[in-house]
Amino acid sequence: MTAGPGLVAALRQTGELARRSVMAERRQLLNILPGLVFPLLLAAVYSRQFSRALAMPGFPEVDSFLDFILPACVVQAVSFGATAAGTELALDIENGFFDRLVASPVARFPILVGRLAGAALVAAIKAAVLVAVFLAFGAEVKGGPAAVLVIMMVAALLVLAIGGVGQVLAIRTGSQEAVAATFPLVFVGIFMSSAFFPTALMSGWFRVVAENNPITWVIDPTRRLVIAGWSTGDAIQAMVVPAAVALVTVSLAVRALHRKLGRS
Amino acid sequence: MTAVVASRQVAVGPGGAGHGAAVVVALARRGMARMVARPSLMIPTLLMPLFFIVSFTGAFSSLTRLEGYGASNVYDWMAPYAALQGSVFAGIGGAASAADDIENGFFDRLLLAPGRRLPILLGTAAYSGLRSLIPTTAVLLASSMGGLSLRGGPMGLVCLYAATVGMAVVFCLLGLTVAYRMRTMRSMMLVQVVGFSSMFMSTGQVPLHFMEGWLRVVAGLNPLTDVLQFARQGFLGPLAWSTTWPGMVALVSMVVVTGLAAGRSLGKMVP
Repeated sequence: MTAGPGLVAALRQTGELARRSVMAERRQLLNILPGLVFPLLLAAVYSRQFSRALAMPGFPEVDSFLDFILPACVVQAVSFGATAAGTELALDIENGFFDRLVASPVARFPILVGRLAGAALVAAIKAAVLVAVFLAFGAEVKGGPAAVLVIMMVAALLVLAIGGVGQVLAIRTGSQEAVAATFPLVFVGIFMSSAFFPTALMSGWFRVVAENNPITWVIDPTRRLVIAGWSTGDAIQAMVVPAAVALVTVSLAVRALHRKLGRS
Repeated sequence: MTAVVASRQVAVGPGGAGHGAAVVVALARRGMARMVARPSLMIPTLLMPLFFIVSFTGAFSSLTRLEGYGASNVYDWMAPYAALQGSVFAGIGGAASAADDIENGFFDRLLLAPGRRLPILLGTAAYSGLRSLIPTTAVLLASSMGGLSLRGGPMGLVCLYAATVGMAVVFCLLGLTVAYRMRTMRSMMLVQVVGFSSMFMSTGQVPLHFMEGWLRVVAGLNPLTDVLQFARQGFLGPLAWSTTWPGMVALVSMVVVTGLAAGRSLGKMVP
């Protein structure tokens, strides 16, 4: 087989596995709903209880708390589904579908990337839905449609980054429970960042943690695109961090898969 | 099984008060023993409220600079909230253990034992109340390092513990209402959403007069706001009867309503 047809076949297989992943999410709408409802509830409550904080020195200039919190809600919504790529892989390992995939003439790479690509697509759609709901309730994305596209890209990249970790765990443990246990860590990571309040208004060790939290490095530039307007630098910064983390975690997942298959 | 054995050791008949009390105690002890034996149950009970207190005080500490916030130290405001959040999840955890019993068949064996069904329900509620002591104490210990002050004296602590135990019982009974009907662990997700949302739409993070629009109306009507004020009063100043009685009325009313609902669900489950 030449490299060309091999690559085409791998891409086709990736597409097919991504489609399967999207279909699985569609069939389990109840699993998607908490990921949308919870961030929206958070936004609805926070925008009505923290409006006085907007006038505090150190709070970025913003029209409403809804604008401020939009990127945080997208990140939170995405985190709900991000571990799904790992848990689905663990489920496939548990129920034997993974073994059948490995025994079939499917290339190794699409087994991982296909599923992640599907989850990333769902995350981008979720982000678009959330932005639309925020806009309907009076939020404004000052960076325009380009900023919305960046938000969707950030959502997709975050899923790759977090989902990659889930896949490593799924391959190593083969347990859905072990993969699902990573979710609280992501949740804690979001709360200990600039997601809900600016780091300038935090103090002590919590501020140090929040300022050095990679989630802050993603949220802050994304937020500036929403509240201040378009900036190519912010757009690049918002995408570079999750892209770099995704590169590392997906590479680790591929390595873990090779090791597993090498052993078996 | 411990409960069944314990109930049979009581000298009075299976329908008597002594028998019922023994079943309640045995079920509560079984729940606590199971939690101690299984770290996967103990760790979230302990860590989640600590996470709440750290993240709420860390992220929102500057709110105390706003005029009219009601507390100069953010721990005085947030600690009772985090403790109540923890106790809500402790209560749901108690109901989840009953749902687990339903799924694994232990509940059927309990039902086969002689005696009334009510002690089974009360035993689970008692376990939840006991379980809530863990997050409340953990939050208090962590907050004391942040300068938590007890301006209302020891009675302030009594109010906090009464509120947290009461809330754990309420959410356990709510969880049992759902668990007896749906008979799955998964159904507890629904109760978690209700618990989290109702705590969220109260005066947990800011006072009522900081809120605007629909949230102010909802938080004003939310009985959890009264319970929070009752639990929090000892950390903000001297206790006041005008803050105590609405909290107690709200707690008792919620226990009665959820208790009746859980009893009804159990009755339907066991004709």
